[in-house]
Amino acid sequence: MVMQRAHNLWVPFVTLLIAFMLSALPMLEWVQWGWPEWVLMVFLYWVIALPQRFGIGWAFVLGLLLDLLQGTHLGINALAMVVATFIVILMYRRLRMYRLWQQAFVICVLVVIYQCISYWLQGIGSNASSGLWFLLPAPISGVLWLWLFVVLRGIRRAFKVA
Amino acid sequence: MFKGRSTVKKFFIYGFICTGLIISDYQFDQMQRFRGWLSVAVTPVQWLVDVPQRSWTWLDERLQVRDELIAENKQLRAQTLLAERRVQKLAALTVENFRLRDLLNSSEQLDEKVIVSELIGINSDPFVHQVIINNGFNSGAFTGQPVLDATGVMGQVIFTSAYTSRVLLITDADHAIPVEVNRNGLRSVAYGLGHYDYLELQDLSDTADIEVGDTLVSSGLGLRFPKGYPVAEVIEVQHFAGQNFAKVLAKPTAALGRSRHLLLIETPQQQSLAQQEVK
Repeated sequence: MVMQRAHNLWVPFVTLLIAFMLSALPMLEWVQWGWPEWVLMVFLYWVIALPQRFGIGWAFVLGLLLDLLQGTHLGINALAMVVATFIVILMYRRLRMYRLWQQAFVICVLVVIYQCISYWLQGIGSNASSGLWFLLPAPISGVLWLWLFVVLRGIRRAFKVA
Repeated sequence: MFKGRSTVKKFFIYGFICTGLIISDYQFDQMQRFRGWLSVAVTPVQWLVDVPQRSWTWLDERLQVRDELIAENKQLRAQTLLAERRVQKLAALTVENFRLRDLLNSSEQLDEKVIVSELIGINSDPFVHQVIINNGFNSGAFTGQPVLDATGVMGQVIFTSAYTSRVLLITDADHAIPVEVNRNGLRSVAYGLGHYDYLELQDLSDTADIEVGDTLVSSGLGLRFPKGYPVAEVIEVQHFAGQNFAKVLAKPTAALGRSRHLLLIETPQQQSLAQQEVK
């Protein structure tokens, strides 16, 4: 397979930077509980759109940056990102065929997996607990995907990112 | 092709690296230093996020009406006057205290060096009560350093990078601070519950002399927090028949969710402790 020439590859990185900023935004406590996983969602969009450019390696790097930003132990978010990305790479062809709401459902499940991994790994060394509320961002991320997908697709087409 | 065996292989390789990182981060203290330098990479993001807030304050300061400023100025001057009067009294008291301590051969120092710091970020994870401040090890912050705001103890520095540090608040579920009741010196430990409004004293016997409204101050035991700073106020004392311990809830006096200007305290004993840890 011949690799396409890269075009406007800085665009995904700008969207990812915005996602990082959104995830670090100071927020009211009750909003924080449901705050969607911006970085994961934006990155998964680019994996689905350009799997030849964005794969597990980038997932690892972004996860590490998230760990540094959130002060979690190094590797926790990285592992969760790597797992989610791996699943998406296995099924990105099918995902492209899906309707938007079906995609949103898959994203919701992926966020659940992501949250479980990062929450449980964080839980090893701490004693915070409050039921299953940590899963709240999953359905919200799913709903948000309906909007985010359209926006990112618009951006990708406008800049002809390849 | 990017799909197929190479993906699986990559997945296992990176999964393995992650697991290794997590384990070594839990196990080895040397990782702290490593992290400190890596964190510089995300410092720009933390600054960028703070830009709206900072520019708003900046605009606000410039757009304020003159009359308001004059009024505020007057008010502040009055406050300063009051504070100065108190300081004068305090100076005499401090000297007297020094003399008395000298008489008692007590080695305790009253003077503490203070660094003024500003909040630039809040951890977005609701399970972790941490904030990020704009002083790193380059400007003298060190791990274990106590952090105060104008009204009480906020927490302690748990991690420093070159230009920022992370502060664990006293309400975090993993935090505990040794305190005493200001009224009678009763010692206890205040545990965070992961809720911004509560601390819990778990180890007070049912007959202990503690009442609603008591002020809890840091006791200085444990050598981490300096003695005598207000920590919390008792808001609830419950006794259970047949139980050995009372349940005591207290509300932190520091404005944990609101303060933007913080003080990093540096006591001589603290510093030597930090240096020992580095060695």
